[in-house]
Amino acid sequence: MAGLIETFIGPRVPIEELRRRRFHYLAPGVVLSIARLCLLVSIFLPYWMMELQAPQYPDGLHVEAYVNRLVGDVAEIDGLNHYIGMRPLEDAAQLERTLSIAMLIVLVIAIEGALYIHTKWAALIVLPVIVFPAFFLIDLHFWMHTFGQNLDPAAPLSSSIKPFTPPVLGVGVIGQFKTIASMGPGLLLAWCASLLTIVGLVLHRRAYRPLHDLKEPVTT
Amino acid sequence: MKRALSLLGVGLTATALLASCSEGERPARQRADAQTSNVSTSRATGANGTLEQVARERNLTPDDLIAAAKTYLPSGRHDDYIMFSSGGHSGQLFLIGVPSMRLLRTVAVFTPESWQGWGFGAGNEILDEGKVNGRDVLWADTHHPALSETNGDYDGEFCFINDKANARIAVIDLKDFETKQIVKNPLSLSDHGGCFVTPDTEWVIEGGQYGSPLGWEYAPIEDYNNSYRGYVTFWKFDRASGRILTDKSFAMELPPYWQDLFDAGKFVSEGWIFGNSINTELATGGIESGNPPFEAGVSQRDNDYLHVINFEKAIATYNAGKTREVAGFPVIETQTAVDEGLLYFIPEPKSPHGVDISPDGNYIVVSGKLDPHVTIYGFNEIQEAIAGGGYTQDQYGVPILDFDDCTVAQIEVGLGPLHTQFDDQGYAYTSLFLEPAVARWALGGEAGKLNPEPDWSLVGKVNVHYNVGHISAAEGDTASPDGKYLVSLNKWSIDRFFPTGPLLPQNFQLVDIADQGDSMQLLYDMPVGFGEPHYAQIIKADKLDPWLVYPEIGWDPVHQRVDPNAPRAGQEGITRNGNTVTVNMTAIRSHFNPEHVKVKQGDRVIWRLTSVERAQDSTHGFALPAYNINLSLEPGEYIQFEFVADQAGTFPFYCSEFCSALHLEMMGYFLVEPN
Repeated sequence: MAGLIETFIGPRVPIEELRRRRFHYLAPGVVLSIARLCLLVSIFLPYWMMELQAPQYPDGLHVEAYVNRLVGDVAEIDGLNHYIGMRPLEDAAQLERTLSIAMLIVLVIAIEGALYIHTKWAALIVLPVIVFPAFFLIDLHFWMHTFGQNLDPAAPLSSSIKPFTPPVLGVGVIGQFKTIASMGPGLLLAWCASLLTIVGLVLHRRAYRPLHDLKEPVTT
Repeated sequence: MKRALSLLGVGLTATALLASCSEGERPARQRADAQTSNVSTSRATGANGTLEQVARERNLTPDDLIAAAKTYLPSGRHDDYIMFSSGGHSGQLFLIGVPSMRLLRTVAVFTPESWQGWGFGAGNEILDEGKVNGRDVLWADTHHPALSETNGDYDGEFCFINDKANARIAVIDLKDFETKQIVKNPLSLSDHGGCFVTPDTEWVIEGGQYGSPLGWEYAPIEDYNNSYRGYVTFWKFDRASGRILTDKSFAMELPPYWQDLFDAGKFVSEGWIFGNSINTELATGGIESGNPPFEAGVSQRDNDYLHVINFEKAIATYNAGKTREVAGFPVIETQTAVDEGLLYFIPEPKSPHGVDISPDGNYIVVSGKLDPHVTIYGFNEIQEAIAGGGYTQDQYGVPILDFDDCTVAQIEVGLGPLHTQFDDQGYAYTSLFLEPAVARWALGGEAGKLNPEPDWSLVGKVNVHYNVGHISAAEGDTASPDGKYLVSLNKWSIDRFFPTGPLLPQNFQLVDIADQGDSMQLLYDMPVGFGEPHYAQIIKADKLDPWLVYPEIGWDPVHQRVDPNAPRAGQEGITRNGNTVTVNMTAIRSHFNPEHVKVKQGDRVIWRLTSVERAQDSTHGFALPAYNINLSLEPGEYIQFEFVADQAGTFPFYCSEFCSALHLEMMGYFLVEPN
């Protein structure tokens, strides 16, 4: 059993080696800690923002998506969307929003965990962190597509507005509205976390792989 | 320690990231404004020709072009000032932008107004407060709006306005520009001298006018001197509730001299109130019996009386209970006022129509309309005269101070001087009804140092068209007037506009008073074809902070709070309890819910209607034909109305405010099944 754990978490650094090359071994930890913090802070910031511009709304309509909630002119946008038969925004991604905070905390813990694992398994554990921002956008696209393509055929404007998929990022046009969607600071922080995790992994591997190789001479 | 430092570094990185992300997402409108304001002023060529061409074709002088440029507002730009004008007989209040002189809207006050639904399902309980002897009185002769003040300066929170015809005062909340209260004066049927507020709006002053027995009980006109009286009422205003507290208010009985206007002192004169009178002759008319008509009888004496009231002491007298109940209202009798030293008279030139306190509170300006002078009384001089004693008395025992002791100056300004306003350059402006013109004259004292002209001298005049009554300068009756603009409220327009049949609009003329000396320029004529306004006040627009939509869904504007009965989205429905049917309805673009309301003839219907809109300007109407219901439901507003469904039939109700592309479809059926 101990052997299995040893295989999984990899070798420890001898104390004299650690003292000699402190930065070499601490750097991955620092980088990954920043990644953790980025993810934590991102919970409190909008991940995605959309502005709707139309002559009747001189200040535009704004909606901001946090990982767990929608804020902004949601009621007004829903009010407009009911004309074309789109379901209320709150109906979208309910499962994702319910689980998001717990999931992000798990990701943060996963990074923490990876620090103590000095084998290539570390990469597997933090893989969700790396792909998380991309997953967010793909999921968002899925919902935009689902909502835009499944309009209520009995809605007032069902005959004049054909099903459509609003772009997840960038500019779209629907009726008199121009939609401008962009990544929010939360998602940018998640991207930072993703990149920092990759950098952290490279440093991690650079620091511990020699130790690993020393313990287990290459068999091939 | 190192770990802590690294965390700090991370924090800073995150903050920088955030800052960079939040840039570049400002509303598009601001960017557009920035672009348009960059247009070079030297460019005088428009899409349709040069400025010179347009001026030639339209026969405009360079002065006309300057006047146009000083008043024109490009689309989307707002006025610097808002004028609150009495609506005259319309019974309403008008809001007008200055300098553009565009009518922004009317505010329904004493009179039903169907666009706002006022009296047609909304505001009925407030209109009911204005009943006289239990009867509906649904017109009013609104005269003098008074904006609420803090330290003698407009604060933009409330506006009061009086109805001269029935002696009523209304309170308008400037959060939503809706009337919240109407108070009927129990003593009298006419009240020319309201409204005027004390420097912190603790009291609203309402002076009566035509002498009559208090409580307008019957008394023979032959008994005028003994049975008829004048009065001034002091209404206690409670800012927190936005209401006049009728049970903490009182009045002072005055001789029946036809009190005209009042004003409250400020700074040195705070705690004193000044009013004037026009019929110290005690004329009672009777032209049909060979008596002098009122117009002659009231104009016999060379002097009437300026009323000087020690208001601080009057409050103390009221608090001490030295009052008599008249029609259930506490009144300080004239004899008490004399005994307590609350009331003094000073002769004032013939039949005056204005009493205005200078911004520093030192001077009281009176214009005798049948005398070519403005007469300036000094507050300190009045105090010395009071302290000096040895007064004569009028026939009601009120002490009369000596004219010469109390006056500081008299200036010959012209014919028919009426009302005076002030600016920020030490000038006063007096309307001259007969010339007709507005005279600018220089104040004395500290204010006199603000301009080069000699103290207490006539500076210049500008002709107005025609027959000016009140004038209103920007914040021109406050402790800190703004100058810049003055509006002349002219009674006649004669040839100024296209003749709209024999009934012509009034003419509001905007005058530029920014430059010193004899340099006032007439800028703009605004026709007012919807009532004959009397007085107006002009407030800096940025002092107003109105709601853009009601603060929360289900808002009851009468009580300025959310009504627990207001139906929200998801709470719609119709319930029956015996013969009472309660309709819980919401409105949102573009439907009412429910759309079918079925009752039986004779049912009592309680209709509760909430606009669940939150977008600015997404107002809905609600029209129920044949039942005389029409509402204006502003975003978030809740209105409840009740009626007996006594007419059987099919009544399509609909949204009467064009709300959306599917506005016509925003309707429903009220089905009353016959018995």
